[in-house]
Amino acid sequence: MSASISAPAEVITHVHLESPDARRARLATGWLIIVVGVVLFALSFSAGATATFALSDAFDTVQLPSIALPAGPVVVITALLCLAAGAGLVSGRLSRTWRRVANTVAGLSVVLGFLSWAASSSTLPFPVSNQLAGTVALATPLILGSLAGVVGERSGVVNVAIEGQFLNAAFSAAVVGSVTHSIPAALFAGVLAAVLTGMLLALFAIKYLVDQVVLGVVINLLSSGLTGFLFDQLVQPNSSTLNSSPIMTAIPLGPLADIPLLGPVLFDQTILVYLAVISVAVVWFLLFKTRWGLRVRAVGEHPKAADTVGISVTAVRWQAVLVGAIFAGLGGAFFTVGSTGTFVKDITVGNGFIALAALIMGRWHPVYAALMGLFFGFVTQMASQLQTLSTPVPSQFLLLLPYVATIIAVAGLIGRTRAPAADGQPYVK
Amino acid sequence: MPDQDTRGLQLRGITKKFGSFVANDAVDLDIRPGEIHCLLGENGAGKSTLMNVLYGLLQPDGGAIVVGGVEQHFANPRQAMAAGIGMVHQHFMLVEVFTVAENLILGREDGPVVDLRAARTKVDELSQRYNLPVDPDAVIEDLPVGVQQRVEILKALANDAEYLIFDEPTAVLTPQETDDLMAVMKKLRDDGKAIVFITHKLREVREIADRITVLRRGRIVGSAEPGTPENKLAELMVGRAVDLQITKPPAEVGDVRLRVEGLSVADPNGTVVVDDLDFEVRAGEILCVAGVQGNGQSELADALLGNNADVIAGAISLDGVDITHARPRETIAAGVGFVPEDRQHDGFIGSFTVAENLVLNRYRDRPFANGIALNLEAIAENATELVEQYDIRTESIQKLAGQLSGGNAQKLVLARELSRELALLVASQPTRGVDVGAIEFLHKRIVEERDTGAAVLIFSTELEEVEALADRVLVMYRGRSVGVVAPDTPREVLGLMMAGVPHDEAISGSSGSAGAEGERS
Repeated sequence: MSASISAPAEVITHVHLESPDARRARLATGWLIIVVGVVLFALSFSAGATATFALSDAFDTVQLPSIALPAGPVVVITALLCLAAGAGLVSGRLSRTWRRVANTVAGLSVVLGFLSWAASSSTLPFPVSNQLAGTVALATPLILGSLAGVVGERSGVVNVAIEGQFLNAAFSAAVVGSVTHSIPAALFAGVLAAVLTGMLLALFAIKYLVDQVVLGVVINLLSSGLTGFLFDQLVQPNSSTLNSSPIMTAIPLGPLADIPLLGPVLFDQTILVYLAVISVAVVWFLLFKTRWGLRVRAVGEHPKAADTVGISVTAVRWQAVLVGAIFAGLGGAFFTVGSTGTFVKDITVGNGFIALAALIMGRWHPVYAALMGLFFGFVTQMASQLQTLSTPVPSQFLLLLPYVATIIAVAGLIGRTRAPAADGQPYVK
Repeated sequence: MPDQDTRGLQLRGITKKFGSFVANDAVDLDIRPGEIHCLLGENGAGKSTLMNVLYGLLQPDGGAIVVGGVEQHFANPRQAMAAGIGMVHQHFMLVEVFTVAENLILGREDGPVVDLRAARTKVDELSQRYNLPVDPDAVIEDLPVGVQQRVEILKALANDAEYLIFDEPTAVLTPQETDDLMAVMKKLRDDGKAIVFITHKLREVREIADRITVLRRGRIVGSAEPGTPENKLAELMVGRAVDLQITKPPAEVGDVRLRVEGLSVADPNGTVVVDDLDFEVRAGEILCVAGVQGNGQSELADALLGNNADVIAGAISLDGVDITHARPRETIAAGVGFVPEDRQHDGFIGSFTVAENLVLNRYRDRPFANGIALNLEAIAENATELVEQYDIRTESIQKLAGQLSGGNAQKLVLARELSRELALLVASQPTRGVDVGAIEFLHKRIVEERDTGAAVLIFSTELEEVEALADRVLVMYRGRSVGVVAPDTPREVLGLMMAGVPHDEAISGSSGSAGAEGERS
């Protein structure tokens, strides 16, 4: 029946030129990559003979050999790759696909070249397994936090308060864990604290139409002050009873955990790490496959349209903020029960904001946001690993270069997806 | 058909107030199945408010809604939909990044997990039943406006609406799309649907209405028979006799003042929206750029003013001086006057007074500025003079411009722009949202400006306006010029050209369809 309708050829096709913004971004990225290439080239002169990468640490059952690379040539090659990629971008003659390739090559080259150079200056090998394990540990709260933001912002509520949700959750999880000696109770307490913080956000953002960015900052300050006050007055004097939570133990997933190098990183982790991975899939399914997700996205794009078909914009936004808060709560709990089991003031040190950055760079998509979370985790871990190797450059400067890689990686990801149209706009009938 | 009376929908004494402003004052309306009921009124007469009350978007302060003999209270659109009321909104209520199918099922999904296949089938089924072809997988933002409207209609039909409200549906359509829409509305009527058609376009009313109700300042001021002549309808709508056609002396054309050569402009996404455009406007001549909204007119206007347009090729010169990449301050100095399309947004500053707004383009010049200080006396004098000259209805020149009505605000903008000597006047939609009475006045002023020897460029989507003002008509489609024609070119030809059909083809095409129409009636 329906096949007899000829599909009308009505989709508008326009001539697309490169927009001024895209041109500017491409040139800036290209030149940046070239500069980095030149820097790498200069560094190659100060590179040591070999850069050693240890694939196993001393406790692994299966010992893998360390990899020794000739540092000088590797750095020169990565420098040349950067220069080529940069030149390609600046020339403007690359197709869309090749631009992506150039960006990816440049990003990987920066990391490899830089690591090789740094590792070559030290007699100690660069511990790859540490790097990967640290990446996962650092990325877990980032991924969970960014998912909280994704769900909320897809419904049109900007969530700058992820940091505050983290803090309250971390605090509550530590205290409840200490009192009950139960990990599930601690996780529940963390989630509850984040949901309560989310209610505060929803109440003022949705009901009282307060500017959502300002509101988020206020909630963060409130959370920092509140947990700090309670910590000083209540927790610290009684730290043996209130601040010594049991910590989560790793759960190996059978034989998978015995795979050399990757096994311990991926399949011998705590329940929160597994939860983070599952959450990415859950959020993706919720947003893109369910009725609820369709409504959340509609409300974030065109709330009035949703209203006119009988969807309660207010209710959907409340739900989205609170569902998001669950993930933020899990992420926050990771800082205490997933780590040392104790809370200290401002233990989350800005991770909520990095989660926010991950979700924006991940273009409000759960999978991309999670990948950005992983990337930030990788970069942060690399920076702290490099500090232990003695490099001739001040460590502050070292900490800078990974972010250069971030910019390059992000510039290559510009696609069609964009922020929800009504993100941050209160809805008034 | 006496049994239809219980099936009908009645509004009884609907009153809606916003603060002290009465938008609807005890309005009665009777909507019957199998009828197209035109609700006619000027902008701000309260038509949309009334329909928003009916659709549950607003709650009335008094009165009752009776559907099929049962009194109903709609707290939200969901309840109105359940009672069989559907609405085709003026600003489409479609999620732009969703597909047609997703938009159709939004709010009426069958289960917790979205079944897109069923949604597609539903779209196909409906589009076949009502002959409204649309691709279920197309993303809304990629569709032309006319097709988006089809989706909006399908959405209402998917809810089994018996009462369909069309809120100013033709404002964004080409004449051909308008004709298509009329055909759809007639078909729906013949299927037994009750249709409310809101408009202020008299021609459309005459063409399609079975009954006409006229609303003025929130009250029903009368009803009219379908055959009522246009000037009679206009009189009912405005409350006094109006001249629909201004008479203007023939143009005394001088030298070329504005010359545009090979102009291409890209929008911020890099889409070429003005594409290799050539034209010129001479002194003492009005060139109307006709076209459906969104075919590059705004970007062309921005390029002429130097307002953030990304000119990628070509040149613009005014009196022989190149102004292609000039900034607004430079183009203003060169004698360009600009009446923007969205006056609320770009035309004046709502929180400034009338007097301040009247010197926005000259505040830095003598006598309004004295060194770094403003000469408030001169500014007030200027305002008093212009308010009188342009008949701007305001209690005081110190009133905030944002409080003026649409027509008066437009007079304010025009007064400011015409208060100095111009080489070129660019006006976009100079009479949009302006009452019929003020249109007359604004048109006269524009013609007077022409006769002082300025080049005048008018952007308009309304064929009535094009016919009234133009000395020549340039038809624009997808950023290109379809052709330059005389203002007395038949409507059908202009309409086809606005849809991208070249002039010669449009002439042969329209004569064919005109014949067919003759047969039908």
